[in-house]
Amino acid sequence: MVFHANMLPFFIITGIIGGAYLGFVFRQSNRSLINGMMLGGAAGLVGPWLFMTPLRSCTFETERTNTDFLLGLFFFFFGAALVIWLVQYISLFFHPDIKMRPSLIGKQDSRGVFRSNFLVPFLLLLPTLIILALFLYYPAYETFRLATFRYRLGAPRTPFKCVDNFTELLTADYGEIMIITLTLSALIVIFALIISLAIAYLAYQPVKGASIYRTLLIWPYAISPPVAGIIFFVMFDPVAGVIDHLTTTFLNTGIPAWSESPNFARFIIVAASVWKVLGYNILFYIAGLQTIPKDLIEAAAIDGANGWQRFRNVVIPLLSPITFFLIITNLTYAFFETYGTIDYLTRGGPTGATTTAIYNIMITAKQDKWLGRAAAQSVVLFVIVIGITVWQFRTSGRQVNYGA
Amino acid sequence: MEQAIPQTKVQLTNSNGILPKRWGVHVLLWIACFLVGFPLLYAILVSTQTNAEVTNFKLTFGTSFEQNLKAVMVNRNLGDYMLNSTLQAIIITVGKTVLSLLAGLAFVYFRFPGKWIVFGFVLITLMMPTEIMVIALFRLMSELGWGQLPSLTVPFLASATGAFLFRQHFANLPTELSEAAQLDGANPLQFLFMVLIPLSWNTIGALAVIQFVYVWNMYLWPQLLQADVVQVGLGALLNFDGSLSYGPMMMGAVVASIPPVIVFLLLQRQFMNGFAISAEK
Repeated sequence: MVFHANMLPFFIITGIIGGAYLGFVFRQSNRSLINGMMLGGAAGLVGPWLFMTPLRSCTFETERTNTDFLLGLFFFFFGAALVIWLVQYISLFFHPDIKMRPSLIGKQDSRGVFRSNFLVPFLLLLPTLIILALFLYYPAYETFRLATFRYRLGAPRTPFKCVDNFTELLTADYGEIMIITLTLSALIVIFALIISLAIAYLAYQPVKGASIYRTLLIWPYAISPPVAGIIFFVMFDPVAGVIDHLTTTFLNTGIPAWSESPNFARFIIVAASVWKVLGYNILFYIAGLQTIPKDLIEAAAIDGANGWQRFRNVVIPLLSPITFFLIITNLTYAFFETYGTIDYLTRGGPTGATTTAIYNIMITAKQDKWLGRAAAQSVVLFVIVIGITVWQFRTSGRQVNYGA
Repeated sequence: MEQAIPQTKVQLTNSNGILPKRWGVHVLLWIACFLVGFPLLYAILVSTQTNAEVTNFKLTFGTSFEQNLKAVMVNRNLGDYMLNSTLQAIIITVGKTVLSLLAGLAFVYFRFPGKWIVFGFVLITLMMPTEIMVIALFRLMSELGWGQLPSLTVPFLASATGAFLFRQHFANLPTELSEAAQLDGANPLQFLFMVLIPLSWNTIGALAVIQFVYVWNMYLWPQLLQADVVQVGLGALLNFDGSLSYGPMMMGAVVASIPPVIVFLLLQRQFMNGFAISAEK
């Protein structure tokens, strides 16, 4: 750990904020103020080291540019905020009042039945902890450390370059990639949710053979993203594909070649990704629909609401916890899993039109062999994913109730 | 990235909404099933056809089924790749189930110092998708000098999702079970194998489907390792003898989908119950 004197005021700030925040939260929920302040203060001091250790605190050196300094400050406060929030969140799971506990993964307390040597539970957990530490925590830290080096596979030297790999991303090219990523992800999530809700509402109707219909609707869950890519590749082939035949027959016009139309290429990626994730969403929507109390819908019917009004004003609001859960899972699916679909369908083309963030990471690492730059891009995605997960955890802890 | 799984309760329902008549629902459901199934049905058709038959758009089975199958399974080794994928999927599914059972047991039936730290340590990994750290993971594997199979399996043997799935399941079981076991002098492992596991087959089945499908469909990490598994092997079909061959491509897509779809269909009931869905009729 490297410490520069000009970091001191920022550590004082994060320490005080952490202590004050957790002290306040603990007091508000009838827990010990002192415990909260101590935990929060420690979190505020430890958090920044998460990022400052791999960076060797280099952004606080006096000769750094303002951009470097501000980026370093961002990582400094991001680390502090993340650790303070995590400590606060994890402490909720052990809140003395069971009603205050987050419902994310169940509220129940330990039963503590087996009062054996305290080593026994550790031994039971040991394999899990070792694997998580070695293959998730360590690579996560390593990714950030690699991002601080001018590191190219096969190059003789890998000099330390502070945040250069990050500031290099502040270009129009990378901005374009982020816009493509966010647009495609938003389109995938929106269409996947609307279509699956419509189909799930149909499949939820009590008709004969409902379970057969459900099986026939949910099975694409088992299809892989690369297979979805291959099938849509052939379907949308401008010469031999079935879509071209259909449009020629019924609309008198063929489809363009995706290799010459960036937007059509994006459309095919969205279509293939939506198709692949549909089964998963339908599954959860049917589960969600089954938890809606019948009398609520009947009461709305007695009040004179027609079918559409009941769907719009009763069913959709009651499904919002499931919708929220699906937005989160579909977003991460769109960010990462679509890599296979893109790699088998458009290979990021034409001219980068379908190059998403994860696809660009793999190009940078595999083709260009710039591992340091690829790691820096991974950190950017990591920060986004942490943001999404914190959002999920917060909401799951409060109003979202899955009925368990 | 894996996600915590929300739990839902099952209810019988028969409320009707927008849709007027039952036959209308059937027609709409048929259309939905057809549209959802259309890409696969088309893939099955094309997988039996020659390039000429595909281009002329025939809606019947073609003449090239055996040739395409042989081209994919023998010439392009998809059979071997599928064996490797099966082995990988079985190792991870079994290993993760065992480790998750042990972790769930420790979380629910023990009190121990520092529990909240251990719990937090596992919980935080829900924020860490493997896809983000593949570069560092790849370097780690090179340093360890591990072969293909350990690199494909060991990093995925534990997960927060699995541990929390069993934690939640065990905690919903009646408290009397563990008290009785304790009175009878059973040790924790005896309790796990003789009481908990027989009561957990639905959860185990659900986790098995999720894991098998997840591992079988894994692509980014095996591709980086250049591993001989099915999703990577499909890449060799894209460029067949220097030109596109639709039949073998679709044959590969269909054959590669058979194992996960079969596992899904076989364990469908456990899977649905695990997600707390049940058919009402």
